[in-house]
Amino acid sequence: MRHGVARFVTGFLALPVGLYLFYVVWPFLQAAGYSLTDWGGYSDRQQFVGLDNYIRLFSDELIRKAFWHNVFFLITVPLFTIALALFLAFLLNVGGREDKAGIRGVFGSGLYKVIFFFPQVLSLVVIAVMWQQIYRADGQGLINGMLMKIGLVNQDDPITFMYDPEPFLGVPAVLWWLLLIAVWSGAGFYMVLFSAAMQSIPKDIYEAAILDGAGRFHTFFRITLPLLRDTVSVAWVYLGFIALDMYALVFVMTPSQGGPNHASEIFASVLNFTAFQKGQFGYACAMGVALAIFTILLAAAQLRITRRERIEY
Amino acid sequence: MSVSPDLNRRTLLRRAAAAGLLVTPAVGLLSACAGSTPNESDNNAGEKSNDNPFGLQDGSAVKVVIFNGGLGDAWAKEDQAIFSAKHPNVTVNMSSTQKIKTEEQPKMATQPSDLIMNSGADLMDLSTLVNEGAIEPLDDLLAAPAWDSEGTVADSLLPGTVSDGTFQGKFFVVYVAFTVWGNWYNGALFDREGWAPPKTFDEFFTLAPQIKAKGIAPYVYDAVHGYYPRWALMASIWKSAGKQAVVDIDNLKENAWRAEGILPALEAWEKLVKDKLVLPGKLDHTQSQQAWLDGKAAFIQVGTWLKNEMAATIPPGFEMKLSDYWGVTAADKAPKDVFAGAGEGFVVPSKAPNKAAAKEFLRAVVSKAGSAKFAELTKSLASTKGSGDNVQDPALATANELMKNAGSDLISVKLWDFYADLDKESQNLSQELMAGRLTAAQFVDKMQAAADKVAKDSSITKQTRNA
Repeated sequence: MRHGVARFVTGFLALPVGLYLFYVVWPFLQAAGYSLTDWGGYSDRQQFVGLDNYIRLFSDELIRKAFWHNVFFLITVPLFTIALALFLAFLLNVGGREDKAGIRGVFGSGLYKVIFFFPQVLSLVVIAVMWQQIYRADGQGLINGMLMKIGLVNQDDPITFMYDPEPFLGVPAVLWWLLLIAVWSGAGFYMVLFSAAMQSIPKDIYEAAILDGAGRFHTFFRITLPLLRDTVSVAWVYLGFIALDMYALVFVMTPSQGGPNHASEIFASVLNFTAFQKGQFGYACAMGVALAIFTILLAAAQLRITRRERIEY
Repeated sequence: MSVSPDLNRRTLLRRAAAAGLLVTPAVGLLSACAGSTPNESDNNAGEKSNDNPFGLQDGSAVKVVIFNGGLGDAWAKEDQAIFSAKHPNVTVNMSSTQKIKTEEQPKMATQPSDLIMNSGADLMDLSTLVNEGAIEPLDDLLAAPAWDSEGTVADSLLPGTVSDGTFQGKFFVVYVAFTVWGNWYNGALFDREGWAPPKTFDEFFTLAPQIKAKGIAPYVYDAVHGYYPRWALMASIWKSAGKQAVVDIDNLKENAWRAEGILPALEAWEKLVKDKLVLPGKLDHTQSQQAWLDGKAAFIQVGTWLKNEMAATIPPGFEMKLSDYWGVTAADKAPKDVFAGAGEGFVVPSKAPNKAAAKEFLRAVVSKAGSAKFAELTKSLASTKGSGDNVQDPALATANELMKNAGSDLISVKLWDFYADLDKESQNLSQELMAGRLTAAQFVDKMQAAADKVAKDSSITKQTRNA
């Protein structure tokens, strides 16, 4: 890079970087600072307590419960979202007929793309409010109402969705219902991401495979998936972050923000309760810092595990 | 200039991660904790007089934040008019919101509003505010002359208002509404069917089959917010076991939850759930209130803000009437005590720039004229005496009547204001009991365990109530 260009670029970057440092990085550092104090959040009185808050984290039952709920999402959200997105992207791009024009998606794939992508343009809170109506736990809810009409659900015993802590496969039902929303709202974006990646795979590779007699199953697992490895692994990291958050859904949808009776408690909801209800900002900041460290470690590990030679085409 | 060939998605991601850019979930959480350096100013320098007891300065401004919930905010604008008539040179900047904590907490340590109505689901925890010294004691307001009646401000308030707002011996919270809780029913329906609202669970369990026979669920409640059913549970406990039992619970006395009379009260609720007397489904407050208005359920338990909250959808011919919470049997210890108290509290932050104006504004809010407007516009009683005398409304009238026939004590529970942990636990357990997942005995065991845990935790400041 020539010298003049560097100055030009710096000139443009100074302001945004300055804003970023002040409004993003500085609050981070402040939070890390507060995590070493017993600040209550409503005054300017605080005492330095060292690592006490972090030690307390390890013996906090509620945090442990929330941590495992986050781990549940950490595993399931990327897994189901990516699986669904890959499946849809495959159908839309290479799942259709094979003819003289080569390989193509299923009929009407353009329309499907728009439909599947649609949740992505809605804010998460809008999605949550919409699903509240879908999940409404009486005859006026969309799902309950329909199932009652066709007689699958008893009028006097509606599905309670967000109010159901009964474990299914060892995990409270409410978490599975939340997972469904997360996957539904996320799959569309990753479908588009995977579609774009699939379109950059040269068509002649597919044609060669088809000439050799490969069916859809084999083209997907032998060609598409290996060539998408890079994109999938990036998607996995992003979805991991989303899974560690999940705050908006839990906050808007569950009773008592993490209920019923702590069945949907996650890191962020415990943090919120600790900071704003109990007035223990120092301890809450320690939770935030711990979560940040965990996230960074996770991303680093993930990128290292999936590191591999790139295929150029 | 071209993009360097080695900058692919992976490396970009890796670099971004290294720079902390990608700590997405942590971003909001981390910055939520950030504050900044405090900045104090005080323009408390006006001349003090009987008409201006706090030395409010002409030309100053006061920022007032109103909670715009079930009661709306129209009444507050009337108070502003009353205030401005006396102090035309003081600028009132009034705003209303439902997100009190979200908007006000971040400013508390630095530059808060002068007067905050701390109410609703998103309120700032009171015990924390008091313990942190974040709000101002308002004892001088109580001693000040009333705005437009004889005597002091304290004299003009309904009983319970001062004690409800008192923490650790000092008066911090000015509650402006006086709420009466109980079981609401449709007077027209009950007259038509010849039903009388029950006084005890025994009577309710006798009436319930008749209600059910008409295709109406006997009971509905808000299953989303745990503090709704908790009011009713605690009222039954008070009526059945007597005042001292609840005082002991609030004071974290050993085995307070095992006192005589508490378990039978909770067992009545367990039976109500087990006998399927509740409308099926899990509804929130407005959904359950609407279901009740639609005639799907006979009783709903909630406070006197109900009428105002549902004003838009009350069907013609529906007669909203309030009856007292149910005791358990005729042998209850305090059958006549009514669950009522001052609510919708205003606080003045310690760091407020214009505390004198905030207090003066409060004096206008609890004035005779202000409180009359409050009752008229909200159909709820104000905490000032005589606010509802000139309002014609059947809902308010039954509430008034309930208060006139009430026993010597008002039912009040401090537990949830004293300790955030027990607030959460009691809400959760109330929901579990009402969902039929806990028995009354398990409820008692778990509440006792939670109370013991708080009692032993030295990091939690203990509070006591005497009466």
